Amino acid sequence: MMHNLLKRGSAAIVGVAESDLGLVAPHTSPIDLMAQGIVRALDDCGLELSDVDALFAATSQARFSTMMLKEYLGLNPTWNDNTQIGGSSFEAHVAHAWAAIQLGQCEVAVIAYGSTQRSVSRAAASPREYNYYEAPFKPFMPTSAYAMAAARHMHQYGTTREQLAEVAVAARQWALMNPVAWEKEPLTVEQVLASRMVSHPLSVRDCCLVTDGGGAIVMTSGERAKTLKKKPVYPIGYGEGLSHNSIASMADLTVTGAAVSGPRAYAMAGLGPKDIDVVELYDAFTITPILFLEDLGFCPKGEGGRFVSGGRIAPGGELPVDTNGGGLSYCHPGMYGLFILIEAVRQLRGECGPRQVKDAETAIVHGNGGVLSSQITCILGGPSTV
Amino acid sequence: MDLKQQSPLGKYLEHLKAGEFAYQYSPADGKAFFYPRVVAPGSGAALEWRISRGLGTVYSTTWIPVKDGQPYNVALVDMDEGFRLMSRVEDIDAKAVAIGMRVKFRAHAGDKPEDPPYPVFTAVEGA
Repeated sequence: MMHNLLKRGSAAIVGVAESDLGLVAPHTSPIDLMAQGIVRALDDCGLELSDVDALFAATSQARFSTMMLKEYLGLNPTWNDNTQIGGSSFEAHVAHAWAAIQLGQCEVAVIAYGSTQRSVSRAAASPREYNYYEAPFKPFMPTSAYAMAAARHMHQYGTTREQLAEVAVAARQWALMNPVAWEKEPLTVEQVLASRMVSHPLSVRDCCLVTDGGGAIVMTSGERAKTLKKKPVYPIGYGEGLSHNSIASMADLTVTGAAVSGPRAYAMAGLGPKDIDVVELYDAFTITPILFLEDLGFCPKGEGGRFVSGGRIAPGGELPVDTNGGGLSYCHPGMYGLFILIEAVRQLRGECGPRQVKDAETAIVHGNGGVLSSQITCILGGPSTV
Repeated sequence: MDLKQQSPLGKYLEHLKAGEFAYQYSPADGKAFFYPRVVAPGSGAALEWRISRGLGTVYSTTWIPVKDGQPYNVALVDMDEGFRLMSRVEDIDAKAVAIGMRVKFRAHAGDKPEDPPYPVFTAVEGA
């Protein structure tokens, strides 16, 4: 049953910003990065810290993110939400903030993320809960889960390692047009294939980066949005697809929860894949955009590997995907979903310089969390869509 | 199930210590489930314990390199009774484990004396 009460235009994204990215100074905390992102995002739209009355946050390094943020910034929120479903948490926060603003529970909401996983190590930043049914087999998580999805896709559909590598190469080409991207050198398919194996068939160049970083998004009512500095960007479609927690419980490793979240978001937006100008997909590994392009209807199931080949998703290609350089080449502090929202907003505002997609008015933002576990789709639109 | 007496994992381990690979079946749903639970997912129906025949098929597989050592395998195995688990296929090269390979269960002792046993698999000869 889908009974949608979220109203188009009742809330808008008005401010976005990254914190410092890459490698931050010793002893920087995830909350330092959230606070920096929040102040920058407020500055982006012309609001003050004292305007903020709702806090949304998540990070693997602080279970009580919103409490820490409240204390650190001296805020008195009337609404808070610490929803933690991994990398797609922030796509969920957008919908939760949309609902809270529409209901009048709050007027200015900030959504924040911060992580120092490059500085403190991935193991320290994201400790894994003990699971008897996995621990004895020592999967290299999360990579081994995505590797088994890739292996299954290759087995069923003939997808090749070269096709996976095309995703990494396209991401690198976009990253070279993003001044704050971590990677600065070109990458070839041959280099991806020759790089160190992590969990077969995924090599280190098939895997997202390990960086520090954070950021924030400011949302407010549709009415107030029109009075602020920048062109508002509206959430117009939303869908959730939580399919499992552990990879052994994913029914079909070649079909993700995006096949559920995508159609829900499209139905709410009244749009389909052909109406989307900018595609921002969580690229944790090279297999993930392939799965999401299929599940979100950009190509038939099984065709993703062939679809991404020949530069189709790279700069100048038919379909611009992951225009900031992605988790593969721009930044990936562990829960990357916030950054694809930031990039989509900038694309819809026309702020992206050399990597700007011409006349972008609609964007699909697809967040992924866990081991292909939590799939959240947001469709965003410029003023003409409201 | 009285959780003050026994947990689902506790019951499963009791079978495994006896060399049996136990799983749960919901007569109401006509389906097998794994990992062991208090009630059947979806319906909340009661579950009964059954012993697997121990035969399954590799659904997907990966190998992980080890610095200065041999790579090891991690696999997802679909059991003939209709449930899936994570495990590994032993006694062959990790890189030779393939999707579709028929495999057979055996109980493996915990890696440390205090650790519980766990199920592993070997390739079925001539399959």
